[in-house]
Amino acid sequence: MPERMALATAGAAPAARGPADAPRAMKPAAGRAEESERLLDGLRAAGAAREAALTELHALLVRGAHHELRRRRELLAHVSHAELDDLATQAADDALAMVLAKLDTFRGASRFTTWAYKFVLLEAGVKARRRAWHGREVVLDDDSWRRLADTAPSVQRSVEDAELLRAIAGAIETGLTAHQREVFTALALNGVPIDVLAERLATTRGALYKTLHDARRKLRATLAGAGHDLDDRGGEQ
Amino acid sequence: MTTDHPDRALIGRLLGPADPEVSCDECFELLDQYVDLEVAGEDADARLPGMRAHLQGCPACHEDHESLRELVAGDGTRPTG
Repeated sequence: MPERMALATAGAAPAARGPADAPRAMKPAAGRAEESERLLDGLRAAGAAREAALTELHALLVRGAHHELRRRRELLAHVSHAELDDLATQAADDALAMVLAKLDTFRGASRFTTWAYKFVLLEAGVKARRRAWHGREVVLDDDSWRRLADTAPSVQRSVEDAELLRAIAGAIETGLTAHQREVFTALALNGVPIDVLAERLATTRGALYKTLHDARRKLRATLAGAGHDLDDRGGEQ
Repeated sequence: MTTDHPDRALIGRLLGPADPEVSCDECFELLDQYVDLEVAGEDADARLPGMRAHLQGCPACHEDHESLRELVAGDGTRPTG
C-alpha cells in the first residue's frame, strides 16, 4: 500500500486497491443510487464489508481526481503523466481522509457519491492550481488597477463602459484599504487563483473571498453613490 | 448581461454579483445538494438561495461546481428523487 494512502486511512486501511483509473461499466441511475447506499452502509460497517467499501471509495475518488485533472490539462500541459498520476493519488488519499473524518456529518441531502466526489474535486483542483502556479511570482503591491483610470472610449469600448472603468479605478484608490486593494487586484483583476493566493498568504479561500466580497460591496456602494447605474453590471464569470 | 464583450466581462469580474451570496464554506457544504438538484432537473436556485450568486462571483467555487456537475451528470449517478 502506498505510504500516502496509509496516512490517509490510518486505522482503517483497506487490504487492497483496484487500478487507479480503471474503466467501469455504466450503470442505470437506479443502480447507482443503490450503489451509493451500499457504499455508505459498507463504510459504516466493520471488518470485510468496510474494507471492501474503502477500496471502492478510493477507486471512486481516484476517478474523480483524474476527471478534475483532465479538465485542467491545458493548465498542466507542462506536467508529466507520472506527476499527474501522483497528483491524482495524493488528491484521492487526502479526500479519503476527509470523507472518513466527516462521515458522521453526512445527512443524506445528496447522493453519497456526489458528496464524496466534491471532496476530491476540491483537493485535485487546489493541487492543480498550485502546481500550475509553482515558481510563479505573485506580486501583492501591484498597482495595475491604476491602468483602469486611463481607459478611454474606442471603437470597441463604449463611453459608458470607459466611464465606469475609470470610476472603478477611482473607487479602488479612495474606497479600499491597502489589504483589500491587494487582494482585489490579485483576484479580480490579475486572475491569481484564490487557492494560490491563500497558500502564499497562509490564509484560506474563505477568508480571501470575504475580503474580495467586502471590497466589491464598497466599490458598488461608492459607484452607486456617484450615480452609476449598476443594475446590469457584474456577477458573471 | 452578456460577457461576450471583454469590458463587460472585466466589469463583471471586478464588481461581482449584486445579489446576496453564501460564503465559500457554505458553498462547499451545499454544493453536492445543489448539483444533485440541478442534475435531477429541480430548481436548485430556489431551494438553495445564494448559491448562484456565489458561483458567479467566486471563480474557484465556480470551477468546482462545473466539475462536479459534469462528473455527476456523466457518471450515471443521476439522482432519481
